[in-house]
Amino acid sequence: MIEWFTWLQVGVAVLAGLLCLALGFARRPPDDLSMGATLVVEVLLVVQLVVAIVAPAVGNPPTGSLLEFYVYLVSALILAPIAGFWALVERNRWSMVILGVACLAVAVMVYRMGQIWVVQVA
Amino acid sequence: MLANTSSRAVGVGRVLILVYGILALAATGRSVFQIIDRLAEAPLAFSLSGLSAIVYIVATIALLLPGRVWYRIAWLTIGFELLGVLVVGTVSVVSPAALGLTSVNPFGRDSTVWSAYGLGYLLIPLVLPILGMAWLRRRSPAAAPEAG
Repeated sequence: MIEWFTWLQVGVAVLAGLLCLALGFARRPPDDLSMGATLVVEVLLVVQLVVAIVAPAVGNPPTGSLLEFYVYLVSALILAPIAGFWALVERNRWSMVILGVACLAVAVMVYRMGQIWVVQVA
Repeated sequence: MLANTSSRAVGVGRVLILVYGILALAATGRSVFQIIDRLAEAPLAFSLSGLSAIVYIVATIALLLPGRVWYRIAWLTIGFELLGVLVVGTVSVVSPAALGLTSVNPFGRDSTVWSAYGLGYLLIPLVLPILGMAWLRRRSPAAAPEAG
């Protein structure tokens, strides 16, 4: 895991989440901006998956459980597309809030993934 | 699609269902990992973790699907969650040893969604059942007739 990339990813997901929530509470239906922001969050997760696969092989193993790490990563990877689909089933401001909540949840999950890889609090 | 089949999966209810789904995912992921990795450390706490995960999954499905039967199941599962978070939350704070836990750290390696009233999950496990019940009351099949 690359630490600065993980923090960048958390930051992007939080910004995307807050943007979607703000647009949602402004009663806006989903548009290219909000769907695009969610897409960026998903693409960064795919990059994180590639990093996670490569990192242990190049001398950067996790300090915590790799299984637990992947439970979070795979959950996050499936969450964003499900929320995107769920947002488009009924297009209104609540679709936006759905995208926002999903992005914030991804942010929390990536943060936890970073903890599992880098620091052990237990 | 699913969204048009239930009077509960509309508007703000869809946000509620998503949050339930995320909590179901979080509880399932965590409990499956805990049970695979270290069930022997705290069997009771991890079994409760697994039970909460199953109940969250059923509650999510019950909110999604139409009809009076699912409406009743939604009430039962959401009521069970509120009971669970209150009882297990209280026990985890007052007497963590009763759950086989050494401490009440809500972010620790052996915490469950219900530990310390769900503090490790931003208290969402405590607030969500109340919001869920409020939504179910507004969306009762009698108040909003639906097919099935």
